[in-house]
Amino acid sequence: MRYHPLTTEDRAQMLARIGAKDIDALFRDVPKSAVVPLSAFDLPDTKGELEVERLMSRMAARNLAAGSVPSFCGAGAYRHHVPAAVDHLIQRSEFLTSYTPYQPEIAQGTLQYLFEFQTQVALLAGMEVANASLYDGSTATAEAVLMAQRLTRRSKAILSGGLHPHYAETVETVANLSGKVVRAPVTPGAAEDIAEMIDNETACVVVQSPDVFGLIRDLKPIAAAAHAKGALLIAVVTEAMSFGLLEPPGAQDADIVAAEGQSIGNGLNFGGPYVGLFATREKFIRQMPGRLSGETVDAEGRRGFVLTLSTREQHIRRDKATSNICTNSGLCCLAFTIHLSLLGEEGLTRLARQNHARAASLAVRLAKVRGVSLVTDSFFNEFTIRLSKPARSVVDALAERGIIAGVPASRLFPHDKQARDLLIVAATETNTDEDCEAFAKGLSEVLS
Amino acid sequence: MTMNKQGRATSIEAQSDVAPPTISGDRGLDHEEGLIFELGRPGMTGVDVPDVQMSEERLGGQRRRGPIGLPGLSEPEVVRHYVRLSRMNYAIDSGLYPLGSCTMKHNPRLNEKMARLPGFGDVHPLQPQQTVQGAFQLIGELMRWLTTMTGMPAVAMSPKAGAHGELCGLLAIRAAIEARGEKRPRILVPESAHGTNPATAAFAGFTVDEVPATKDGHVDADALEAKLGPDVCAIMLTNPNTCGLFEPRIIEMANAVHKAGAYFYCDGANFNAIAGRVRPGDLGIDAMHINLHKTFSTPHGGGGPGAGPVVLSERLAPYAPLPLLMHDGNEFRMIEHADEAGGGAKPFGRMCAFHGQMGMFTRALAYMLSHGRDGIRQASEDAVLSANYILASLKDVMSAPFGEGPCMHEALFDDSFLEGTGVTTLDFAKAMIDEGYHPMTMYFPLVVHGAMLIEPTESESKDSLDRFIHVLRTMAQEAKAGKIQRFEGAPRLAPRRRLDETAAARKPVLRWRPKNLPQAAE
Repeated sequence: MRYHPLTTEDRAQMLARIGAKDIDALFRDVPKSAVVPLSAFDLPDTKGELEVERLMSRMAARNLAAGSVPSFCGAGAYRHHVPAAVDHLIQRSEFLTSYTPYQPEIAQGTLQYLFEFQTQVALLAGMEVANASLYDGSTATAEAVLMAQRLTRRSKAILSGGLHPHYAETVETVANLSGKVVRAPVTPGAAEDIAEMIDNETACVVVQSPDVFGLIRDLKPIAAAAHAKGALLIAVVTEAMSFGLLEPPGAQDADIVAAEGQSIGNGLNFGGPYVGLFATREKFIRQMPGRLSGETVDAEGRRGFVLTLSTREQHIRRDKATSNICTNSGLCCLAFTIHLSLLGEEGLTRLARQNHARAASLAVRLAKVRGVSLVTDSFFNEFTIRLSKPARSVVDALAERGIIAGVPASRLFPHDKQARDLLIVAATETNTDEDCEAFAKGLSEVLS
Repeated sequence: MTMNKQGRATSIEAQSDVAPPTISGDRGLDHEEGLIFELGRPGMTGVDVPDVQMSEERLGGQRRRGPIGLPGLSEPEVVRHYVRLSRMNYAIDSGLYPLGSCTMKHNPRLNEKMARLPGFGDVHPLQPQQTVQGAFQLIGELMRWLTTMTGMPAVAMSPKAGAHGELCGLLAIRAAIEARGEKRPRILVPESAHGTNPATAAFAGFTVDEVPATKDGHVDADALEAKLGPDVCAIMLTNPNTCGLFEPRIIEMANAVHKAGAYFYCDGANFNAIAGRVRPGDLGIDAMHINLHKTFSTPHGGGGPGAGPVVLSERLAPYAPLPLLMHDGNEFRMIEHADEAGGGAKPFGRMCAFHGQMGMFTRALAYMLSHGRDGIRQASEDAVLSANYILASLKDVMSAPFGEGPCMHEALFDDSFLEGTGVTTLDFAKAMIDEGYHPMTMYFPLVVHGAMLIEPTESESKDSLDRFIHVLRTMAQEAKAGKIQRFEGAPRLAPRRRLDETAAARKPVLRWRPKNLPQAAE
């Protein structure tokens, strides 16, 4: 097998040095009854690279690649152009095939880019500090709620109805164990009155902006209401590109920012791996989950970086750790940081503007289609429209015509009757004028 | 012989022996590299984006008011920055990476190529399900491999890493216990466990009770049985364990756990030792996560992303979290809401948005298809053989607390061979860096003093193992002979000497700030 360097002769020599009769002798602690022959596994035998490639390409060909057709899906994952340099650089062996940087003397490459990543995330979110990433936006949100519960020593978390339902379910799964999670009503295209739900037992309110329907929320009054009751505001962002154009959560007094970073540097990948961004105030860092790279000096006084504050983490603190998390999203945060370095202030600002302009013109165009009305009046690159027919059937009909029209709200809110006719549409720099026109035309045909 | 154009031969004699300090601060191929924030210029960008003027802004008055503060660089500058950073990293591709418990095996590049096929890499998780049948097929195929390899009936695919898988397993167990109308607050965890085990148990709302190890490095099965009771929810046990040993009494322990009404969670971090030979399902395990980034070779990527699917027994399968992949004989369907599940499914909740680490699934399946069942079994055998070869070749000069062997896929040493030498486990490991090796796992597991845990994996040739053994033997002999110069203050030849971790933690500097802005007070 091409990945195994040992020869039959090597194996015999090694067994001789060990003093073992055969390989089975090395497994002598395994109860005899638990050893099974190869035939117990109803699976194929080894294959060459060409055969594997053929098999897997066949599976891949059964999928409609988003880039091969006009495609307008968002709702937590966005299709953006990733410069060629990003994918090339993240595949360098020294990044791709290294472990967590526990030996800083030979891992400065990883530690330095994590430090730069932390700085970039803090700048984007308008917060003082950020960690070296969590698994994704949804788990980052759940960690933020648990952190708020620890900081306030209160149990209740209030989730905005505009929070992506997958995020809300992820939060409920872990935060209901030791506390209680309350969901605000779902109000597509409008802000619910979440401030009035905050009481003296509230640890945090969790508000996504732009929300799952694309609506931009004003966080400042919610932050003020939360702070007045001793609660924290957790701001959630699922479209990191919006940081380039929108007022950052930090400037609106958010205490913790949990975001999905996929949009910058990372492909759609059918939902993962992605990269969770997590930023907060400096005074909260000892309650922050996840890995941190910190600046220090080496024995010769040269600047260097190390993993730090690990007394919060599981490998030191075990059952007293702030989280059980052991990995970050290393390579995805490398892709994020390289893409953002390429963009810079100017590139990101322009790109964000282009996204907004694209979505704004698509919204205007679609709203002209008979049977379509715009539900969200302020948005970044994603908005919701109400259709004269159930959105799911419209999306299916458009898929038949080779257009991926967006995400039917009913897929996320199956029990909400008002969601039935709502379609969540995202537009990015990857959508051309022709794509948008094809969408509008197709929609008009399907609705007529 | 090569001649330079001036006609002077470049011979060895022509070179002086010690290099003077360089003017640039760089040393040959070793370049120092500033932070990205120290490199750029305002207005520059490495991506050409049209400057679109917006006719009508719909931002609800929430347009960003101040600058972000990002530097501007051209593409060549960005590429150089990251290439230079990469050269400060050790990697499997450049050398043996003997980190015990981490399974640093070769990462085939075919797997990278497969993950980047547009049909997998460029598919949106919420596209209409009829447009992603091939992606579901891939997940279904991986599920078949995982359940068959482990002899378990079900698998939850969404957990994003090993620790996330542990949480998933414990939440399924919690749901099963609650469905029985019971409350069992306690989880037993051996003292040799990975830190994530007690952390996860606490995270899931349980109290942790430690089970001691026996003198020969196994979990004390008698102590375990004594601790079992109606308040015990589960045991979390790693097998092969963190001392690199198979638990010989594992079936007996599983029976005792089940008799007490509790569940058996297995940490599958060390599955690479037994894959293709032993099915965890046959051992009585109820739940086990599989680190795709260890056993099935998805790249570690400097600390992630990983993937941690959890195989589940019949008793726990109904509680698997959303989403659930179903096949109705005709096509695949991803069930995203509990009430659509049917068939007695009672999902405990959701681990994350969407369907899990698809990019890792693609790579892991490429690995499995390439290896086949025979190649996977060979990989386990070679991993175990190589670890035993290292143990047999070093135990006379280093000290192996369980050296009678055999071990599984990793060989454990302690620091008693360094007693009286003034050299610590840390010194020994750091001196390995100067020899061109990544250190082994140090000070873990906690059950032996000054632990050094070596996992060579199946990816090393015999020549590579022999060279490694020669270096470690010589180091051990020198330390014992009082020749300790190479250990003092090592490493000397790495991009950095030892770093001041205490200072870093005392006054944390976690981000760059412009020079004219002071670091915020703590």
